[in-house]
Amino acid sequence: MKPQAPSDHYVAPYDAGISFDELPDSAPSARYSPSWTGWVGIVVVGFWVFIAIFGPWLAPMGENELPFPDDYSEFQLPRPGAWLGTDESDRDVLSRLMYGAGRTIGISFMATVLAYFIGVILGIGAAISTPRVDMIVSRINDAFLSLPTIMLGLVVVAAVGSSIPVLIITAGVIYATVVFRLARALGQEIMVMDFVEAARVRGEGRWWIITREIWPNAAMPLLTDFGLRLIYVILFISSLSFLGLGVQPPQADWGSMVRENLGALSYGASVIPVVAPALAIATLTVAINLVVDDLSAHSGGKLSKRL
Amino acid sequence: MTGLILKRLGIGLVTVLAVSLIIFFGTKILPGDAAQIRLGQSATPENVAAFRARLGLDKPYIVQYLVWLKNFMMGDLGTSLASDVPISDLIADRYKNTVFVSALTAAIGVPISLALGIMAAMYPGTLYDRVLTLVSVSLVAAPEFFTATLLVLLFVFVLGIGNAIVVGSTEGKGLFELISHFALPITTLCFVIASQLIRMSRAAVLNVMSSPYIEMAILKGVPRRRIIFRHALLNAIGPIVNVVALNLAYLVTGVIVVEVYFGYNGLATLIVQGVQTRDYVLIQGLGMIFCLTYVILMLIADIAAYASNARLRHPK
Repeated sequence: MKPQAPSDHYVAPYDAGISFDELPDSAPSARYSPSWTGWVGIVVVGFWVFIAIFGPWLAPMGENELPFPDDYSEFQLPRPGAWLGTDESDRDVLSRLMYGAGRTIGISFMATVLAYFIGVILGIGAAISTPRVDMIVSRINDAFLSLPTIMLGLVVVAAVGSSIPVLIITAGVIYATVVFRLARALGQEIMVMDFVEAARVRGEGRWWIITREIWPNAAMPLLTDFGLRLIYVILFISSLSFLGLGVQPPQADWGSMVRENLGALSYGASVIPVVAPALAIATLTVAINLVVDDLSAHSGGKLSKRL
Repeated sequence: MTGLILKRLGIGLVTVLAVSLIIFFGTKILPGDAAQIRLGQSATPENVAAFRARLGLDKPYIVQYLVWLKNFMMGDLGTSLASDVPISDLIADRYKNTVFVSALTAAIGVPISLALGIMAAMYPGTLYDRVLTLVSVSLVAAPEFFTATLLVLLFVFVLGIGNAIVVGSTEGKGLFELISHFALPITTLCFVIASQLIRMSRAAVLNVMSSPYIEMAILKGVPRRRIIFRHALLNAIGPIVNVVALNLAYLVTGVIVVEVYFGYNGLATLIVQGVQTRDYVLIQGLGMIFCLTYVILMLIADIAAYASNARLRHPK
């Protein structure tokens, strides 16, 4: 998050005296127009989401098909029929990349949604429950939070083996701890605001307060954080796959493609099989980061800065 | 202040216990039983039972856990299931590479990143600052193996120096030889921590720069350089130590990926092997070592944050 208010993009809704930082966090106004870095991010993310959804139909061949069955040789240079060359088993790199997009992005997206589902419910629940319950849940959460995520991932994969559902649930639960902290802090912050107190004095029920008072105010910071969290989950899933503990061969995913083809760096004809998936992950995560940065600058990243 | 630090140390201790519980019982849900794995499928039930008794696996989980924890604290990490070698011997062969690479990364990466970050804070909004911010925003989100691939392409394929894969033993090599041996892994890790460090140290200094006493100094006409070094930096030391410790803790993940990428023997490749061979004794021992390092660095980060806060140091 940028530490300074991007005053050059922002038009204050009131004329006099109210500076950008004094406004509460709010949804980006209809006037939100991305800066050029924001546009770059949106275009790149859009491109990868398109590939992730339609990749298997657009791919020139199956992910494990050989483009040149009569001419078997690993790490072939690009030529007609295999526009990105072939990998260590002579499979088409372009097709594997397109199949892998759906797996890398799909798993990460579902894991992040799961993390939000668990984290937001428990976090806002903890914020509005009794101090004792809040303390117990928070302490347990802190214990998990104080572990390197990759270590938790390794222990789980060692224990139950690796499959796509296991990956989604593991990443979802691990990253729920971070979401929990954010949701709880937001919940607590909003709980003490006047309009919530007013609602309580009015005699509104707990559920009404959560859905009508807290959620609309917590939604925007949580949505910006969703993008950040998605980046970390993509990196986490890709790192696990890179270590050989994520998506299992022969299924393609970007992290495991880098691992499979590492040999290309020392004795392959073509380094594209390593560079292409690594570049794909990097462009995707950097693009999401650009969008998040731009969005949080426009919507007033005050809360997220403090957390 | 002392009370706060003691409290934080207490929380740290509880965390370590919680971590040991998670690691121990997390690996306990492994299918199959240690004695069966060690003796192989052909072992008779009597042999397996006798071996279980020797390993203490016939006792309740909670007793096993306490014995394991006691042994860990005494430095006894048990015996590997996959290779029947004491874990401490496996570690002794490999820890040097991991420690060497991490230490050199810290020694080179931290000062350079801090200098870059503080320079950016000194001249916010200039071209230098914007370029640096854009580069670090991009690098922070890129995976370690992307940075590593870029460096390999640059050094090995374009400049023709260095080796993509670290091979051979490091025994009996001089310091300089070792550094050139590990140049690519160390550079990769330096980039990994630099991207975070630059952003966070810049933010830490800018945060101090926006406090009223700095405004006062600016209004008095104190030169900017003097404000930074005499007024701001002293108060930013705590946040900066906090940031450094946090980033060294993040290094744990980076080290694992980089060791596998460059294929040299270290503690991280050992634990990945442990996961692949389901050698849970190895995972428990090494997992504890990694998590302890992480927890201790986090502890330092928190204590630095307390120590830097004058309001906490001198309560009313």
